[in-house]
Amino acid sequence: MAGANIKSGIATDTYAKERYWLLLPSWAVLLIFIVVPVAIMMVYSFLTKEFRGGVIWEFSMAAYDQFFFDRGLFGDEPAKIEWTYLNIYWRSIWQAGLATIFSLAIGFPTAYFIATRDAKVRPIWVFLITIPYWVNLLIRTVSMKFLLRDNGPLNSFLQMLEVIEEPLHIINTNLAVQLGLFYSYLPFMVLPIYAAIERYNFSLSEAAADLYASKWQTLRYVILPTVKPGVIAGCILVFVPSMGAFLAPDLLGGAKNFMIGSLIEEQFKGNAGNWPFGAAASMILLTMVLIILMVFSRQQSKAQEA
Amino acid sequence: MATKNFDLRSYKGFRFLTILCLVILYAPLVIVTIYSFNDSKSITIWEGFSFRWYIDMFSGPESAKFKLAAWNSFVIAIAAATIATTIATLSATSLVRGGMFRTRTLSLGLISLPLMVPEIVTAVATLIFFNTIGFDRGLLTIVIAHIVFCIPFAYLPIAARMQGIEDSYEQAAQDLYASKFQTFTKILMPLMMPGIISGFLLAFIVSLDDFIITNFVKGAGVETLPTAIFGSVKQGIKPNIMAISTALLAVSVMFVTLSYFVSKSEQKD
Repeated sequence: MAGANIKSGIATDTYAKERYWLLLPSWAVLLIFIVVPVAIMMVYSFLTKEFRGGVIWEFSMAAYDQFFFDRGLFGDEPAKIEWTYLNIYWRSIWQAGLATIFSLAIGFPTAYFIATRDAKVRPIWVFLITIPYWVNLLIRTVSMKFLLRDNGPLNSFLQMLEVIEEPLHIINTNLAVQLGLFYSYLPFMVLPIYAAIERYNFSLSEAAADLYASKWQTLRYVILPTVKPGVIAGCILVFVPSMGAFLAPDLLGGAKNFMIGSLIEEQFKGNAGNWPFGAAASMILLTMVLIILMVFSRQQSKAQEA
Repeated sequence: MATKNFDLRSYKGFRFLTILCLVILYAPLVIVTIYSFNDSKSITIWEGFSFRWYIDMFSGPESAKFKLAAWNSFVIAIAAATIATTIATLSATSLVRGGMFRTRTLSLGLISLPLMVPEIVTAVATLIFFNTIGFDRGLLTIVIAHIVFCIPFAYLPIAARMQGIEDSYEQAAQDLYASKFQTFTKILMPLMMPGIISGFLLAFIVSLDDFIITNFVKGAGVETLPTAIFGSVKQGIKPNIMAISTALLAVSVMFVTLSYFVSKSEQKD
């Protein structure tokens, strides 16, 4: 036990005998309160809805049927594809995608800039980028709403500069939601890209320059391919939470810019909801996210092998 | 900050975009902070500096509601962070000091699971779970739900810290006939303390910040600060909300800064 085999990789084995006992609390808590609940949620998505919220324990495909098929008002017409919910999912993907592109456009240069600072000041820059992430997401979204209002500070500022005459209507538009999502998750884009660029060997850039590559060619053909895993990680960290976001679409988008989060939330609010349908919508979102994460982890392990 | 870089490394416009990035990140927060000191009932017109809305926070018409919500948030965050940090410390001891074993990777995956499942899905699943087992929703259900997503946040700094501690100290203690328990409490724990404090602080903020999961698992009538703020903002942003938000913002920034310096101070010795 003690004394033997001191340095075996990252882990040492002082507590090898007790390792399962030490893990027991986390296994118990996480199995009971997240794994089991997700399993029950899956079961719920195949149950019959009860009208006052909740379920009747009878197998039914009604939730998924309602999601994908339109059978007319009385349910007796031939099934057509139901576009309402698919459109909401499609809009969520689209909005999350645009927010990801905005974040990448500003996050990459920021990460690059920070990674090329003096090693002593880098942690300070990183700390500055992380602080806003730890500020309450609700407060950040409310702040964004305050800023973007028709007669809010942004519009008064632009009017003062005489850039615009009439206030811009940004709130309750798609743009407001994209800005909100972008603002919510921007630090997630910067950090993994920063970590990748920090490990980048700049003699590669010198080699490229010696071979007459322009600086932008070097960026495009040398730096970007090398730090690609970091870029993909950043995109996923922004895209995935954006897709299921609730606060930004709800507070900044208004009723017209419904996203997955609001659709799910509505199913569990008061007595009007439909729990099996909400569970099914959650399952579909979870499946999408897990597929993205699986493809990503496969790519990462491939990149590590190469 | 006057560092000289190779010209080769720097790209035109990147400095500007970095500044822009910081402006975007901070501008909304700074503006709300400024307007929280506005001596006006309107949120649009600036009528001079005052602490009016901070006084209102303690004695205004809505103060009772928000004070109770703040107390609930505080109690929940302390309970959830304490339990999550304890669980995370034990897990880290097993995963960093337990040698290599078959379920190690699986355990790491399980601990990071709350970070991978979208928050709204966790919220739905937890609500359905408590409903199925017939558990009345209230403070306790919120604490349980918070413990789950606090575990990974507490785990990361603790495990990182423990990986940096050589096990020769433990070996020495055991050679001198210290029991494993004594080795843990007298040697490992004090060395890990910065990581544990940092983990606790992060778990505390994450719990304090949560809205979506709390909104699902809270019972009728139980409010935390974020759910109370959300309910109020639904009817429009009011100046008292800006003062409350600024206060909460200050608490978060304070805790993160504290956590940063705690984890940094120990690197020197």
